[in-house]
Amino acid sequence: MSEQLKVPTMAEYMAEGKQPEILFWVGSAGSYDDRAKKITKAFVKLLNNANVDFAVLGAEESNTGDVAKRAGNEFLFQMQAMMNIEVLNAYEVKRIVTCDPHSFNCIKNEYPGLGGVYDVIHHTQYIKELIDLGRLSVKGDTYKGKRITFHDPCYLGRANNEFDAPRNVLQNTNATLVEMKKHKRTALCCGAGGAQMFKEPEKGDKDVNVLRTEQALETTPDIIATGCPYCNTMMTDGIKAKEKEDSITVLDVAELIANDQG
Amino acid sequence: MDYLPNIIFAVILIAGIGYFARNIKKLIRNIKLGHDVDASDNKGQRWKNMARIALGQSKMVVRPIAGVLHIIVYVGFIIINIEVLEIIIDGLFGTHRIGLKVLSEPVYGFLIGSFEILALLVLVAVIVFWLRRNVINLKRFLSSEMKGWPKNDGNIILYFEVVLMCLFLVMNATDTTFQQMNTGNVISGFIAPWFGDNPDTLHLIERSAWWLHIIGILIFLNYLYFSKHLHILLAFPNTYYGKLTPKGQFNNLDAVTNEVKFMMDPNADPFAAPDEDDTTEEPPKFGASDVMDLNKIQLLNAYTCTECGRCTSECPANQTGKKLSPRKIMMDTRDRLAEVGKNIDANKGEFKADGKQLLGDYITKEELWACTTCNACVEACPVSIDPLSIIMEMRRYLVMEESSAPMELNNMMTNIENNGAPWPYNQQDRLNWANEN
Repeated sequence: MSEQLKVPTMAEYMAEGKQPEILFWVGSAGSYDDRAKKITKAFVKLLNNANVDFAVLGAEESNTGDVAKRAGNEFLFQMQAMMNIEVLNAYEVKRIVTCDPHSFNCIKNEYPGLGGVYDVIHHTQYIKELIDLGRLSVKGDTYKGKRITFHDPCYLGRANNEFDAPRNVLQNTNATLVEMKKHKRTALCCGAGGAQMFKEPEKGDKDVNVLRTEQALETTPDIIATGCPYCNTMMTDGIKAKEKEDSITVLDVAELIANDQG
Repeated sequence: MDYLPNIIFAVILIAGIGYFARNIKKLIRNIKLGHDVDASDNKGQRWKNMARIALGQSKMVVRPIAGVLHIIVYVGFIIINIEVLEIIIDGLFGTHRIGLKVLSEPVYGFLIGSFEILALLVLVAVIVFWLRRNVINLKRFLSSEMKGWPKNDGNIILYFEVVLMCLFLVMNATDTTFQQMNTGNVISGFIAPWFGDNPDTLHLIERSAWWLHIIGILIFLNYLYFSKHLHILLAFPNTYYGKLTPKGQFNNLDAVTNEVKFMMDPNADPFAAPDEDDTTEEPPKFGASDVMDLNKIQLLNAYTCTECGRCTSECPANQTGKKLSPRKIMMDTRDRLAEVGKNIDANKGEFKADGKQLLGDYITKEELWACTTCNACVEACPVSIDPLSIIMEMRRYLVMEESSAPMELNNMMTNIENNGAPWPYNQQDRLNWANEN
């Protein structure tokens, strides 16, 4: 991605006395993790292509506190949440989009009780909206005929009942969508949730991401599609563990659509 | 002396129901040891959930074989129990098959005929269930938490069902007038010849089967309190009180909100002495280390669990050999609650500290830290139990009361505190990605 991305901040909008259509909540992974940053940039490319008036908080964004909450640290979560809510409310933010289902779930469901009420959507839902409105088009030839299996992120799927948006978006690529035996409501976790991303797993006979990767491999995919930066890392590691990185790639839905732009 | 059987019957009936009522009172008392939780919202949706999930068995059929077999036993149980009504009236008033006096012969025959067909289907289903538990060795019935009493409990329930169904059919088969009527004896008609044609013997067998049937039902009723079979009653309130918010939404602790607001309030006096008049009890504990720290719905969940293990078989941690089993979380919670209840009984209504608690003595940290909070267990439960909420409450206790999170998680949390990200990056660099190529 060599072209320069346009990434305005809320502060810049405020200085001009304007409000963006939507706030892009980048999240900690999307801001700092090398793999996740690629997803962030792919999504911004789509926002630019669709001429979406968006802004980010930049250095004014802080961790949602989601991972602290799942780890049991309700104090830290509420501190983070209240700081973020103060910033978001000061900017009078109404609508938020994020590529991270954990931020999505946390801001959508857990911030309202602390005074932060926003319309929060996941990036796959927003991409679907942009396509449906005709603001974003997909060429449909980059992945034509490829086999794609979508791994449901727990915090988008089971946790918030969104199973269709990512699949609808992927259909635009003209790829063949193949489902794992465990998908949608019964999808297996990638193994990163509940703060597992940040610790060694407990003693067991296998890693969760390897098991999930094996389930994905049963569909003989060319691509494993994800909708969460943590799932992406876990599935990428799983593919490496299975020594399949030459034949199978793990890509976020935003990246797949960004690669399939005219 | 003519009334002796009626009196004996009444005594047995009152004793059976009375003892059961006494235990149900204990059960309610135990559940009330939990914190209050407001579930007064969305009554319409709650009734709908109860009708769909408990009455309609909607989540049972997610696994079709077990689901269909379970529906047979469930429908059989409810329908055949209409017959118990007749038995009670007959027993109390010394009548015989009062139904025949109230209903026309074809209607009565149709009813009993349906009961008999269901009884046979239940027998078949129960035998398949037994084979699944004892011969086919399904993985979810072999976990370590299923050894000993839980395994026996499962089998005892099946034996009860077999005996009760057999007694019902034998009772009909040896009832000569009922057989002569030749309507409704769709199954018992085939086994009637096994018992010969001596009227005295037949009468003796019929009476014995009749008495054993009703006594068996009363024993089974009283067995419930000690068994996972409580779900036949508690599935209804449990699905009513099941979580309505999105599965990903975890509750925000109000006690923490108050403290955080105080900390963030620039006008608050950090050196303020506690209010002298504030005589409220000790400050609330964050999270849960014992059953009394959980809420009433979580304790109801524990009594409702029928140990089917669908949660555990969907759990990513369990599937990859970790110690965590959501079913065990529920079983441990119930076992500890029963223990606390017995303690209260033994100490005249007052709980006497026994040096034990749910955390550590029943559920280990290793189990709690293996959870990915993926909600697969919650999704899998056919009666809306939420094992994840208990795991979360105990993690909260570990972190906020004991500061005993795994070291890597402490590092992660320190990073969030210091620089607003789980990794040690500078917050000012948060937008650097936009300028990197």
